[in-house]
Amino acid sequence: MQLSRRDALVALSTASVGSLAGCGAPVVGDGPDDSEATDENERGVQGGGAVGEHELTTLVGVARTVYPSVVDGVDEFVRTYLDRRVAADGAYARGVAEAVATLDDYVEGLYETRYVDLSSADRAEALDVMSVDDVDPDPDGTDPQRVRHYLVNELLFALYASPTGASLAGLENPPGHPGGIQSYREGPGG
Amino acid sequence: MSATETDGEDGTDRTPSPRADLCVVGAGPAGALIAAELAAAGYEVVVLDAGPRFDPGDRVDRMERHLRPGTDSPVWDIDPERDAYNSTGDRDYPLNAARVKGIGGSTLHWQGMVMRMHEQDFALRSSVGLGDDWPIDYDDLRPYYAAAERELSVSGAADNPFAPPRAEPHPLPAFPPSYSDSLFAEACEEVGLATHSVPNARNSEPTDEASACVGYGTCKPVCPSGAKYDATRHIDVAEANGARVLDRVPVQRLEHDDAGDRVTAAVYATPDGEEHRQEAREFVVAAGGVETPRLLLLSESETYPDGLANSSGLVGRYFMDHLFAGMGGTLDEPTRQKHVGFNTTESHQLYDRPDDSRTAIKLEFLNYAGPAPADIALTADSFGDELLEEIRDGYGTHVAMGALVEQLPRRENRIRLDPSRTDDHGNPVPDVVWSFDATTRRTIERANEVQREVLEELGADIGWTVGPGNTGPAYHHMGTTRMGTDPAESVVNPQLQTHDLSNLTLAGSSVFVTGGAMNPTLTIAALSLKAADHVVERL
Repeated sequence: MQLSRRDALVALSTASVGSLAGCGAPVVGDGPDDSEATDENERGVQGGGAVGEHELTTLVGVARTVYPSVVDGVDEFVRTYLDRRVAADGAYARGVAEAVATLDDYVEGLYETRYVDLSSADRAEALDVMSVDDVDPDPDGTDPQRVRHYLVNELLFALYASPTGASLAGLENPPGHPGGIQSYREGPGG
Repeated sequence: MSATETDGEDGTDRTPSPRADLCVVGAGPAGALIAAELAAAGYEVVVLDAGPRFDPGDRVDRMERHLRPGTDSPVWDIDPERDAYNSTGDRDYPLNAARVKGIGGSTLHWQGMVMRMHEQDFALRSSVGLGDDWPIDYDDLRPYYAAAERELSVSGAADNPFAPPRAEPHPLPAFPPSYSDSLFAEACEEVGLATHSVPNARNSEPTDEASACVGYGTCKPVCPSGAKYDATRHIDVAEANGARVLDRVPVQRLEHDDAGDRVTAAVYATPDGEEHRQEAREFVVAAGGVETPRLLLLSESETYPDGLANSSGLVGRYFMDHLFAGMGGTLDEPTRQKHVGFNTTESHQLYDRPDDSRTAIKLEFLNYAGPAPADIALTADSFGDELLEEIRDGYGTHVAMGALVEQLPRRENRIRLDPSRTDDHGNPVPDVVWSFDATTRRTIERANEVQREVLEELGADIGWTVGPGNTGPAYHHMGTTRMGTDPAESVVNPQLQTHDLSNLTLAGSSVFVTGGAMNPTLTIAALSLKAADHVVERL
């Protein structure tokens, strides 16, 4: 299944980033504080590089680990989603940056390299050894809880709360998506 | 306006209106409808609400709070000091899960099901020897039900053979049945249970007030599109006709004249800590089944030492809710759940009581059984292909039935003040004393029997049951200022005017004599429109 940029934009609407009409080129940064309104131009000014290319590459790597192999187009999907997600929520952007640093610190202790430089098998093993699969997400919790919240669950939410991702399990209008009032009447054959 | 005329915080003028015909306490559906009616009729109306005015633009954010685990913030803001309470009955009552304080009230998080109560509901004692009779009957309320359906833009159909008589169609067509409804329909037919559509207070078609439902699927607790009715619609109408609606102004007490015949002022606090007095010719308290009796009890005086309008001693007594009974499981085929957040089929066949052996049962067939894919993903302990398999196993084959079960009015179930704990203004918090009796227990068991029969006919592998041991309230607070003709046995008369104070109206589910098993808001709305007529007559 091919994920598209449009899938990422639809996922963002569920993640309350809001209307994206008129968005300019993605600007990656730490964005405004939660309470601050901003416009597109201000994002670049306020972006302090909290989420840069390394963080995005790491998130793409995490996504390739936690997403099913049937999904293609992960790179563009994750970058489109995260570009806007971090631009709209500075606190989230800082949380992502810190969670990536936490993950890297942990991985370097085990493998003497950063997460992005691991093989696919080692990426999955690293999350497993860190117990990211066993913990409840908590933005203020332990290291694995913050990795689960900011990295893993954000990516899983982006995929499985979107129509394309939920359709992998047979639900084309998942909660949070304004997909109309026809599909609930239709049987499995459409 | 001088600086002292505002609360000094957000620049909003929260000072009293110099000349008000009507002061309404509470901006939920009851208060909003009455305010809208009176403002449209040209009266000066002031509405006071303890909670905030929520920004409609925040609703998608609130939806995300609901959908995304790891965010502990309540969808609709709870203030632990303002909303403090106690629960000391045999059954715990999670009050703050059951209400929203703010402009729009609990309709902001409600499900939006709107049925008329049955003729038998109003004459339960005389018909089967249960509970009590209302001092009004269905015919008294029937025109107001029709008006309430118009006000709430109810989507419904005339296919319910058990519904009370009606002359006019619903304002909007019913939502068609779901795919899973079609699975249930066959099983129900086999076991002799008739099914029909559900009246919904959500737009099946666009109206001047709101768009048609677009299927966000998160009706409860938040509808981002506004297609589900909430009371902000009537607050908007009231304000468009000149009403003043003040948020974050909890009313501390009501004051009365020397004779104790009339309320003279509502004393309210503003965010800056000041107190103000709003005088008016008529007062309506529409703060729900918990805060309405609490305000009366807080308003004790020399004339009314047990609480305002409480000569009967019944303010706070006869607290009722509906009990939930449910059962669910899985089929070996897709059931297409979670596309929408509302139901499209019910059965009211077991509603009317055959005798005094049980109370009313309203059966529901859920369109949102089981988890959505994201629910599974965010709590899973596997990733990648293994996770997708887990999601495919966990989503897609669930079915579930729910039921509302009637609880009879019992004097010992009550809302009282807890003097050991105070809120952010130093007022004793409400103490919810709640339990249910053997008749209710038997009725829950009967609902479970029917649910099991249907699900077994459907071939379901039954996985869970909510029965007498693990039931809970449906968050419909009723009965705490009951209606009647005898001042010794009731708090308000059939005009919803208190027996004790002639210019004080209590509106909402607190005046219910019995609760039936229908979701109460359409009856709240109908009674409120009736009360509005009586207030206009007095003005």
